[in-house]
Amino acid sequence: MYMYDDFDAAFVRGRVAEFRDQVARRLDGTLSEAEFLPIRLKNGLYLQLHAYMLRIAVPYGTLDSRKMRQLAYIADRWDKGYGHFTTRTNIQFNWPKLKDVPDILDALADVDMHAIQTSGNCIRNVTADHFAGAAADEIEDPRPTAELLRQWSTDHPEFAWLGRKFKIAVIASEHDRAVLKSHDIGVRIVRGVADEPGYEIFVGGGLGRTPMVAKQIRSFLPKAHLLPYLESILQVYNLQGRRDNKYKARIKILVHETGIDRFRELVETRFQEKLPQFNGVNQKILRRIEGSFVPPAFEAAQPMPPVLGAGLQSWIDTNVAAHRLDHYGIVTVSLKGIGETPGDASSDQMRLLADLAEEYAHDELRVSHEQNIVLPHVPRRHLPAIYDRLKAAGLATANIGLISDIIACPGMDYCALATARSIPVAQQIAERFHELGLEHEIGPMKIKISGCINACGHHHVGHIGILGLDRAGVENYQITLGGDGTETTVIGERAGPGFSYDEIVPAIERIVSAYLDVRTDPEETFIECFRRVGMTPFKEALYPPEEARSNAA
Amino acid sequence: MAKKFNPKMATGNDLLEGDVVYFSDGRWTRVIGEAELALSPEAEADLLGRASQFPNQVVGVYLTDVKLDDAGRAVPAHFREDFRMLGPSNRPEHGRAGQGA
Ligand code: SF4
Repeated sequence: MYMYDDFDAAFVRGRVAEFRDQVARRLDGTLSEAEFLPIRLKNGLYLQLHAYMLRIAVPYGTLDSRKMRQLAYIADRWDKGYGHFTTRTNIQFNWPKLKDVPDILDALADVDMHAIQTSGNCIRNVTADHFAGAAADEIEDPRPTAELLRQWSTDHPEFAWLGRKFKIAVIASEHDRAVLKSHDIGVRIVRGVADEPGYEIFVGGGLGRTPMVAKQIRSFLPKAHLLPYLESILQVYNLQGRRDNKYKARIKILVHETGIDRFRELVETRFQEKLPQFNGVNQKILRRIEGSFVPPAFEAAQPMPPVLGAGLQSWIDTNVAAHRLDHYGIVTVSLKGIGETPGDASSDQMRLLADLAEEYAHDELRVSHEQNIVLPHVPRRHLPAIYDRLKAAGLATANIGLISDIIACPGMDYCALATARSIPVAQQIAERFHELGLEHEIGPMKIKISGCINACGHHHVGHIGILGLDRAGVENYQITLGGDGTETTVIGERAGPGFSYDEIVPAIERIVSAYLDVRTDPEETFIECFRRVGMTPFKEALYPPEEARSNAA
Repeated sequence: MAKKFNPKMATGNDLLEGDVVYFSDGRWTRVIGEAELALSPEAEADLLGRASQFPNQVVGVYLTDVKLDDAGRAVPAHFREDFRMLGPSNRPEHGRAGQGA
């Protein structure tokens, strides 16, 4: 776990003190709302439908018990006893009072956390594979690179006023668990021809109004060239990206309009000028950072209890992934209890997760972009004890990767930008398929729901994507099918006209029945089946002829 | 022919608490039924002008369509205003509806 050094600590405390003063000046009227708004956004404070919302960065999704307990404390002391984990691996508190926010930020600084750059047109929280350091298929831990990027991008004066927000993710395996190609820049750690360390770089991905899959800009970048290369990309973007229209201001539009080959030339030209200005200090810093990500002291193999109960076995099969050590597992704790709000955790649940991490799992926790919590290093012999305690707290839902493990953005239950609700749609889908008892029969299925075109719920890359819109004053839900957020990223295809709030769950049920009918055998997953048969059978299920007529009438 | 005029109210969020408030004849209230109504285009401009006189108390002030209940009081015309009035539907206990307001 990276610990703040004196510089980091002083910087974060300085920002809290500055914001405390700014809040005081807003409250006494010295600062106008127009002056205060960009300031509060720079400190992660939004105004939502019912209250302020504080978005706190969880860099590369990594937490330890001390941080998790502090989040629980903040939830109890200044909020309503819960927090919401987001697809950006951040946590949001939905009910803070303006006057309390400086105190919350101080409480965060006590545990090396902050809310800086969680909003605004700057480089946002850097995300990484949530299995980092534990996955069997990774080349190295991607988090030191992510931390280097965090330090470089925090308060970088040249990138404080970009045309639009900017998101970077880092992975270190073939298999992409971090939706890499939906980021403005995707960094994948690779090895060169002579096994030398380096990066494959992708640029111009993004969801939102105009979804685009990132394109490869460099197949191999030597490790020491990362910062000059990324600065070159950002400088080309800063100079050439559009600022006249916020929907055309993301780098994906620039890359698309310029063409990746021409864009690459511009970046490479800038890079050649820039490279000599870098003297290698950042590589020294990187080596120091790497020193704070040493693997935990793994224990020697010890036997599992011989007999496991059915509930425990099912939970292990569904929620525990292979660790790079055979006698360890990666536990994903589902924050998708049937009928619960995806991504929400109560303060008691947060404290339990902190306890489990500390007692059994080398004190590490991760937030996944799928809005679950991961215990990355769990000796398998502790799985029964962990399961029992999760179960007692309502956290043992065995549904990771299944139809009820739904991503849902806050939508119109909280978000000021929303055009429709997402949370209740997720709750009802989960409840319906649970009631039908079909979850395991259906198998791997990713449903992702957004409450507006901003696509925080990643609906474009859901196997089934749902987008909530406002059609003439009524909630209306558009379905996309066939999306994929892994290394084979695909933007889903629109199925046809949308469905009302009351019709959306039955519509999803018809899609699933169609899948169960047309799949060749239970081994063929929904996404494989969709790739084989295409849209037609699902369209027919969604829009049967008589309904098509009445819809058209 | 002139388009039918929809009655409007002025609403915004309280600077300190962040919660939803409605403008009512020189003051702000948390009770939607007390919201002052603009019944003509002229009244609308006047209402927004008066509601905007509290920059250090209420932020993000805007006008929104309302319907009238039998007693002639404002009720939301759009579902977004329903949610603003009631609070999050997934946790009704945290909204006004759950607090008996
Ligand atoms: S997708 Fe839209 S509604 Fe959902 S959180 Fe993002 S901005 Fe809000």
